[in-house]
Formats: sequence, structure tokens, C-alpha cells
Amino acid sequence: MRLATLDADALALGLTPGMTLADARAREPDLRVFDADSHADQDWLERLCDGSARYTPLAALDSPFGLMLDISGCAHLWGGEEALAREAADRLERHGMRVRHALAGTAEGAHALCRFPVGAAADEDAALRRLPVEALRLEEEESAVALRRAGLRTVGDLAARPAAVLAARFGEEAVDALHALLGLGRRPLAPRRPRPAIRIERRFAEPMGSTAFALKTLTDMAAEAGERLGERGQGGRRFEVVFFRSDGLAFPLRVETSLPVRDAPAIMRLVQERIEALSDPLDPGFGFDMLRLTVPQAEPMAPTQLALEGGEARREESVAALVDRLSIRAGRARIQRLHPGDSHIPEQAQLALPAVESRPPLNWPQRQEPGDPPMRPLHLFDPPQPIEVVAQVPDGPPHRFRWRRASHEVTRYEGPERIAPEWWTAKDGTLESESAGLTRDYYRVEDARGRRYWIFRNGLYGTEAVHPGWYIHGLFA
Amino acid sequence: MTESVKTLAALRRHIASLDGIPAAQTCARVATGHAPLDQALDGGLARGRVHEFFATAEEEGAAAGLALILARLAAGEAPLLWLRTAAAGRVGGMPYGPGLAALGIDPERLLIGMMADDAMLLRAAVDGLRCPALGALVVELRGRAPLLDLTASRRLALAAEESGVTPLLVRLGGDPVPSAADTRWRVAAAPSLPLPGNGPGMSVFDLHLLRRRAGRDGLHWRLAWDNGRGVFEEMGGGRDERHDLGQQHSGRHDRPAPLPGAVVPLPADRPAADRAA
Repeated sequence: MRLATLDADALALGLTPGMTLADARAREPDLRVFDADSHADQDWLERLCDGSARYTPLAALDSPFGLMLDISGCAHLWGGEEALAREAADRLERHGMRVRHALAGTAEGAHALCRFPVGAAADEDAALRRLPVEALRLEEEESAVALRRAGLRTVGDLAARPAAVLAARFGEEAVDALHALLGLGRRPLAPRRPRPAIRIERRFAEPMGSTAFALKTLTDMAAEAGERLGERGQGGRRFEVVFFRSDGLAFPLRVETSLPVRDAPAIMRLVQERIEALSDPLDPGFGFDMLRLTVPQAEPMAPTQLALEGGEARREESVAALVDRLSIRAGRARIQRLHPGDSHIPEQAQLALPAVESRPPLNWPQRQEPGDPPMRPLHLFDPPQPIEVVAQVPDGPPHRFRWRRASHEVTRYEGPERIAPEWWTAKDGTLESESAGLTRDYYRVEDARGRRYWIFRNGLYGTEAVHPGWYIHGLFA
Repeated sequence: MTESVKTLAALRRHIASLDGIPAAQTCARVATGHAPLDQALDGGLARGRVHEFFATAEEEGAAAGLALILARLAAGEAPLLWLRTAAAGRVGGMPYGPGLAALGIDPERLLIGMMADDAMLLRAAVDGLRCPALGALVVELRGRAPLLDLTASRRLALAAEESGVTPLLVRLGGDPVPSAADTRWRVAAAPSLPLPGNGPGMSVFDLHLLRRRAGRDGLHWRLAWDNGRGVFEEMGGGRDERHDLGQQHSGRHDRPAPLPGAVVPLPADRPAADRAA
């Protein structure tokens, strides 16, 4: 077994990659050894590269251990080149990595300067000329040795010779590498880019006067989109269709699904629903001359086998289809699911999110013992509604209250359940602060006819409020 | 007498065949756990049939609560859809997840539709009823709701029969009009069985069966919902109210009165604990 790679401390001890493990252990008994996993390394590097998109859209891998960022035109956003480099290095070092960086006019220059430190130099060109010939990254191992034997130790020595002589003796490759390093030639960067969204266009030779025909074409396009999504192993969550009219108007439509979809009839059903729900019907006017279908949002979707019989998967799919249909017809915010909120302030203990964008399995915490009557109401008023209450001063329970012009006699009550404001969110961080709200004393009350309400006194008598107001906050079943 | 019964039965069969409805006895039923009620309904609420719950506007907590509980019983593990109008949210408050969870209705299996108006609500209801994966549907309508006429309710009933999804219509402040409903109820909250220390206990509902297709009506029950066991408990009732209207509330006295608070050990986390001492 041989050493694949070493960290800086091990290199400082004199170990070198390619050494046998037994030799290394003999020299340094308490060496920590890990199995080399080049795939995991590559994966990690790719993730770091994707994370570097925060600095520049042109980030490329510089395997095996490097990232190459083209920061042309981006550096000023971070306060200069040095500031950007420092920020990036700090960020990676916070994750426990050791980072070296170099800035240069060319990708090769930066690569070489980072790996072969040359010390302080007057300018970039001088620094590059001081680099050893190994920095040229010549394909053949012997080339660098041959250069050294010829007395050419640095890049500067090489650059001083005529290019034709070098090419004749060491091959054209050496001249190319030299020129790339010195910025005389160009080698383009191959940045990692996110996959472009699927976009399908159809242009018609003649404007199409019939909406039905346009929809038929759209069905073909949806089938093509479905195929392409299938190749990527994805399903679309959002589809955008634009009908371009020959007089320059464009009708954009958008449909969203709660589960990834790549089935053309399903997509077309949603588009049809959307068209029917338009307040202005789709008017072809002088005809449509182009259609465009894009899938801006796609998610992984496993290939499915055709269902032989109904099951749990079918059910989920079918409810998702219902949610999509209703959301498109009524508006996406109208079909909602309740999500638990992490707060003890009653109105912040839940979030109603559109069902199209949220995922169902979110477990609600069961806060009470089974068998106890509900401690929280079924309907909540937000904001709470003010009521008039007859109660003992300072902190007695309510006896009678008036809500919506009807008087209610309290026959049973339980309370108070005191809910304090979130003082830690207040600006000055004290309990007496105004901005956080007041302490609420909640009572579950039942009136003479058996209706159950959740009412509270807002503020402590005397200390927080002179005359604390009463509010009704919810209705129990 | 027997002759007229036979004629009636024959006529009913004939009408049923014209309607294309399978005979009412064959459909599955949802047991409520309340023995007299289940017995009177031949086993519970019919699945895939329209059930209407009328209540005054002030009783919306009780009416919506009862309908949701019955919907949960009918749906089992399947998701529920609760359709309301946006105006209902402003007047009657928003559905509240912790409260639903406390009643035994999982908020994670509940979809809520806030529709712009009654027309959109009824259209969405028919759509929902055509989706057999849905467990049950609660439709909340306020006021007279003139759009829910015989035709609209017939449309709901047909969609429900086809898919087997049970629609429960909550009519707040509305008056019964001819409809295709299988059962029609009047719901009100009733005084609960008090906790020690006179705190409000389990939710109790007053249920009047106003009408039932091919069955006896005019019955009255008082049900307490036990969220721990997931069944309705008996609080009395089951009588024909036309005969004993005066004794409606006798069910409340079936249980012994709670002991004075000081003797009863109360869990310290309950808000009434300090008052009992």
C-alpha cells in the first residue's frame, strides 16, 4: 500500500506521496491513515465548486485539489480582489480546510502561483518568470527533467529563448504551455454550470388562428418536455407556457404542481384548467406565431412503472392532482395546509401555507393528554376580537361577557392559563418592554347554552395596563 | 295496511331504479360509536351520501367541530378537505391546527380550501367528490346559500355516490330547503360534563335528526366526543322529542356530581389546579 496524498504537516516531516505505508509508518509511527476515496474527493470538490457560485458564475474544478474562479467583473462586489480571496479562504477555513490562493491574469498563472510559491515579486509577470519549469504542467515527466538538464530552470529562462528553438527541442506542447502561463495564448475555462431549464419552442410558418390547434401543438411540446425530463430523471413542478401573437402580444400562463409531473396529459389538463379560469379568454387575434414551453422548476422523480392495481402511491398522486386542479382554478394560495409554528403565542403556533408548495408529512406535536378536553380552540380569530367583560378586579375570572351584541353568562370556566409575551424578541430585551406585547391570561369558558369560548385578559392589572382589555380569541367545538 | 306497505315499497324501488340509485340498504356505514344513534341509523352515517348539518350562526364552533369529527371517522386514514369561503375566515375565524389536533383531527391530513365565493366553493366541492382518494369533504356554507338548490345538491349527491367520498354540509344560519341529502340534522352545543373545579369538559353536542331518507326522523341525542378513544359517548337522548320535549336535559344528571375541588387531586399542569385548592 502506498500513500496517495499527504497533508501539509506530513509533507513537512519529509514524507512524500507514493511512499509505501510501511516505510512511512517506520519513520512516523503515529501516522493517521485513511483510505483514499477519489470519488468522494471529487464529489466534495464539486460541491465546493457549486458553493462558489456565490462569488462568480464562472467557477471551475481544478482537479485534484483546486477550484478556479474567474472573478473578472465580480471582485468589486466584495470590495476588491484581495477582499474576495480572503472572504472565500475564511469561509472554507471555517469548515476545517486549509486553503492557499493566488490571483493572476490567467487561469494557468493562478494555478502555478498557488502551487509553486515564489515569494515577493515586483509584479505578476516577474513572479511568473521566477516559477520553476515544473509549473508548466508538461504532459511527459521527462520534459521537465530535460529542461533542467539543458540549464533552463525557470519559466523566465525558457521565455528568453526563441519559441522555434524550444518547439524543435521540447515539442510544441512546451511552447503552448509557456504562452498560456504568460498570458500570450488562451485556454478557455470550463466552468460548472447548473443545467439549463428545459425550454421548447415551436414557430409556425403562418400565424395560427385557432386556439385548439395551438393546444394540440402544445400537447406535442408537453410530450417532448416529458421525454426530456424523463432522460434527466426529473419531473416538473412548474410549467410556463407563452402564446406569442403575431401582433406582438404575448399571453403567459403558468401552472404549478404539488408533486413532480412529466406526464403530458396531466400537464395539459392543468393548462386547460388554467385557460378556463382566465378572466380574459385566450384570444388568438390575428393568430399565434410562436409557442414556448419552459420548465423552470424541476425535481428528481424516479421512473415509475405503470400501476397494475391501486395502492397507497396512487392515492397520494390522486390527491395531489386534486390539489393542483383546485389551486389552478381558485388561485394557489386558496388551498392550504396547516404547518406547526414553533411559538407559544397562539396565533403564531401555526402557518397556513399553499398546499401546492408544501409537503404533507409534518408531524404536529400532540401537546395534551388523550382524554382531556381540548385546550386550544377549533377556530382562531386573528386579530382577537374585543369584548366587554364583567370580571373581578384585579385578576378574577370572567362572569359575563358581551360579544357581537349578545350577552353570554359564564357558567363554567377554567383558567387562567398565563401566556407571557416573547420578551426575548423585544428590542431592549426586557419583560416590561412595549414592543413584545402584554401578558395574556387565557380562560376557557362555557356559557349557559353550552357554547365554549377562549377569551383572555390582555395585560396584568396595574403593572402592565391600567384597564386591561378583554378579547375573544377562539371558538371551541 | 300491509297492502299499502307493499305498494309503497314497490313504488320506492321503482323510483330508485328511475333515479339510478342503488337501494339505500346496501351502502357502507360509518359508525359513530354512540350505540343508540348507530342503531337508529342502521349502523351509522351512510358513506358516499350527502349529510346536512344546520346550525345558527352562533353555533359555528359546534357545527364545524361535529362535522369535522364525523368526517374524520368517515375518512379513516385518508385526507380530508374542508372547504370554506374567505368571508367565513373573516367572520368565524381561521381553522386552528393545535385545536384540530386536540380534537383528534390530524392537521397534516387536512386540506383547507378558502374559496372566493359560494359558486367557486360548490364547484370545488364537486371536484373534490370526484376524487376517490379523498376520505371525506366538509363544505361550510353561510346564510341562505341560494346557490345550493335542489339541482346543486343532486349534483353533489351523484358525485359522492360514484366515488364513495362522504360530503358533510355545514349550513350556518341557513334554513332547510328541499335537497338530495340523505340525512339532515340540527346541531347545537350543549353544556359539557364539568371537570372537577367546574371547568368546561369534553365537547358535547345536541343533535336533532330533522329528516332521514327512508327512515325515522324527529329523534334527538346528546353526544360527548371522547378524543382519547375516538368515539362519541352517550349523554342521554335517543328519545322521540315529540313525546318528551320537556325532559331533554335529563341526560346531564346521569353522572354523579363532581366532588368539591379540595378533595380532588388535579394535575398540576392544568389551569384549574390553583382554583381547586
